[in-house]
Amino acid sequence: MKSIEELRKLREQLKAGTAIRKEAGTKIIVGMGTCGIAAGAREAMNAIVDEIAKRNIHDVQVSQTGCIGMCVLEPLVDVVRPGEPRVTYGRVTPELARRIVTEHVVNGNIVEDAVIGKIE
Amino acid sequence: MMHELSLSILDLVQNCIAAQANWVLLEIIECSATDKLLFRISDNGKGMDKETQKKVLDPFVTSRTTRRVGLGLPLIDMTTKMCGGSFSIESEVGKGTIIEALFQLSHIDRPPMGKLADTIKSLIILNPELDFNYKHIIDDAVFTVSTKELVAELEGISLQTPEVLLWLNDYIKQGIANLSGGKK
Repeated sequence: MKSIEELRKLREQLKAGTAIRKEAGTKIIVGMGTCGIAAGAREAMNAIVDEIAKRNIHDVQVSQTGCIGMCVLEPLVDVVRPGEPRVTYGRVTPELARRIVTEHVVNGNIVEDAVIGKIE
Repeated sequence: MMHELSLSILDLVQNCIAAQANWVLLEIIECSATDKLLFRISDNGKGMDKETQKKVLDPFVTSRTTRRVGLGLPLIDMTTKMCGGSFSIESEVGKGTIIEALFQLSHIDRPPMGKLADTIKSLIILNPELDFNYKHIIDDAVFTVSTKELVAELEGISLQTPEVLLWLNDYIKQGIANLSGGKK
């Protein structure tokens, strides 16, 4: 059983360790409007978080946004790497979400076949 | 309708965030003796006047600007009524809003709760600044989680630290699983 006590131990380990959060890391933004949620945004978001946790990625920040009007392409996920264009992915399944983390966030290679837009 | 009640809950908490709430209480109460399932979401957001409250269950009324329909509240209103239950809104401008959805627990059309742990996890991880409180009661068993308490325990370590994410995932999943097992 996981407990709050265990979280405290974890905190002390993290404080003592060298795993200090880097500044200005990659941002991942998931669309969480009614349309996004109905289309599977929660599953995409949980796949992203799961991948970040399992791969021990320390410089990523996941956040949410509402409906941006492209409901037909939901779930929408944006990836913003520092100094690079904002890339929007559409119809993000959990599998695609994992690919986005491994290929784009970790390795810097945009998953071109799922891109629906880029903003410089 | 949403195919899981936990998806509706995730959607409805977004309304609190859109209303600029910084405190949200989600209560879920399941009672087999009375055959009722209820969830209540309270927030301290900007609230709605009486006029708006009357209109929000109409799918063609929305505060959004990206499109002209708003489906969150009409969908849950319809779902409760299909399941021998009811839906109510209580709100005051400047104070906040309370919504309550009641279902007959055993009703054949009642959507399953679904992946509630994923909903709770998403709400905590995506809104570290929000004082989000989750209280779930199944018969005699209770499970509560508070974002503020977790953040306080972490003393500056981010909720999105991989090790913390792994702990949070197991903590919430086990907490909810124990509830369903009927343990105290």
